[in-house]
Amino acid sequence: MGVTTFLAQADELRAPAVDYGAVAPVLIVLGAACASVLFEAFLSKSQRWIGQVVLALITLVASGTALAIYAGDAPEQGTLTLSGALAVDRPVLFLWATLLLLSFGSILLIADRSVEPGGAFVAEAGVRPGTVQDRAQAAKSGMQTEVFPLTLFALGGMMVFVAANDLLTMFIALEVLSLPLYLMCGLARRRRLLSQEAAVKYFLLGAFASAFFLYGVALLYGYAGSVKLADIAAAAAGTNRSDTLLFAGFGLLVVGLLFKASVGPFHAWTPDVYQGAPTPVTAFMAACTKVAAFGGILRVLGIAFEATEWEWRGVLWGVAIASMLIGAVLGLTQTDVKRMIAYSSVAHAGFLLVGSIALTPEGLSGTLFYLLAYGFTTLAAFGVVSLVRDADGEATHLSQWAGLAKRSPVVAGVFTFLLLALAGIPLTSGFIGKFVVFSAAVQDGMAPLVVVALVASAVAAFFYLRVIVLMYFSEPAPDGPTVSVPGAFTTVAITLGAVITLVLGLWPAFVLDWAGAGAFIS
Amino acid sequence: MTPTYYLLLSALLFSLGAVGVLVRRNAIVVFMCVELMLNAVNLSLVTFARINGELDGQIMAFFVMVVAAAEVVVGLTIIMSIFRTRRSASVDDSNLLKY
Repeated sequence: MGVTTFLAQADELRAPAVDYGAVAPVLIVLGAACASVLFEAFLSKSQRWIGQVVLALITLVASGTALAIYAGDAPEQGTLTLSGALAVDRPVLFLWATLLLLSFGSILLIADRSVEPGGAFVAEAGVRPGTVQDRAQAAKSGMQTEVFPLTLFALGGMMVFVAANDLLTMFIALEVLSLPLYLMCGLARRRRLLSQEAAVKYFLLGAFASAFFLYGVALLYGYAGSVKLADIAAAAAGTNRSDTLLFAGFGLLVVGLLFKASVGPFHAWTPDVYQGAPTPVTAFMAACTKVAAFGGILRVLGIAFEATEWEWRGVLWGVAIASMLIGAVLGLTQTDVKRMIAYSSVAHAGFLLVGSIALTPEGLSGTLFYLLAYGFTTLAAFGVVSLVRDADGEATHLSQWAGLAKRSPVVAGVFTFLLLALAGIPLTSGFIGKFVVFSAAVQDGMAPLVVVALVASAVAAFFYLRVIVLMYFSEPAPDGPTVSVPGAFTTVAITLGAVITLVLGLWPAFVLDWAGAGAFIS
Repeated sequence: MTPTYYLLLSALLFSLGAVGVLVRRNAIVVFMCVELMLNAVNLSLVTFARINGELDGQIMAFFVMVVAAAEVVVGLTIIMSIFRTRRSASVDDSNLLKY
């Protein structure tokens, strides 16, 4: 094509219309992430921590405000913007609010410098562990403040991921949320070898999984001639195109998504990474990544593959059963509290998948509610884990938790409450979450799956109760860990998580109303 | 020449990459195999764009290249840091976290 024809065409290109009100929450987070990088470059070392913390908290509040203002008079059925790349509808607004609230708690945990002097993050990530310089930097009170821009970029990626209305946007968002997380895993101040190993494992497996996701995108593009979710749905609804491309693409795409959501049997990275990563980062991953990944799964299944539901449902039944059983049974054998919560998250991912494949309005609202409830419970649980310490840092071995209630009744009490919520005991948000998800599944004709889920919950309840028994009815070891008195940040984060767990258990109705306020737009 | 051959080649390269990730021991080589998988996908995207007679797939290939470059930056950083610690890039040596 000649230059003149090209220019003539370029003249007709119009920039897509942007609904700035709708995407303001994302723009604020990503803009602040860029500003945060500049803070790293231009602030002096002593000002960085306070500057970054203030910026991050202001960003989350501003983004939340923008979201609240927009949600007040948002169109009921949602809106498509950026030429259909982003869909902002009621479920997306709910997920954005969930992500912002959860990352507010995570940022508080990440910023805390009272529990571990100087914070949970290494002062100089470039120094080799075990050297003289490493011991010198361990005594320093600073931390690698790059963790704040990384958190904000990851959060921005998550927000785009749940709103992405075509698979290419979804892939870019997946990478924007994953790449910072890989780095954040490797920045622990203590036990740096474990932390670096967690980062390598997470990175290699994560890159492997995103390659699968991408090949799925390519095959679906070949099938439908477009990567928009609505076009894939239209192509799948009534054509005589090759089903091989559709189902091969679907399978590869879903493997990538299930990996991010740490659904078994794609969970192999979860326990290692949860254990090795700094605990505040584990809390951020466990709460926010789960929300983002299931937001993506709900949208992809609910829009693009609704018409082919009866083809793939059996496979995802199997995956959900595998995930629940793997999480519950392997959780029984764990001796490390962080690994135990990791396997618990695999079991919970199975429960969430049960709700996600229901594809009814009840299934959607139930899963959204479950994500919010589970996110806060697990955030607070990891906050408590970071408090129990001995001379080597966090005391995560279960035997060290024996008799904790005698040393610190409050911390043991809060942790007991959170474990009961994870087990799904009434009066906690965990019970309501399981109830709404399972009843949606039964209504959609998945009663056998719900029976398996109930059995798995019962098995999983055993290992939560084992920790409670250990804390209350064992004698504390003479050289056991101490419970740090948390500073304001960690206290606020744990209180936020525990209070929301309790409130959602007692008065779930208003949040259930929000979660069920609307459907996906495509 | 029919475009189907390119799709088959792309599937073959993707499988080679996947097998490489599973059997190779050196973290750098594992990572290169992931890159091979991404580039196999690029070949698919471009071929499908050709079959459909439009440019979307080619544009997507550019996005994938940018993402792959970003991934290289992050990946090499992480692999470098663990190599400096352990003097080895073998994924078998990273075995502190298990069970």
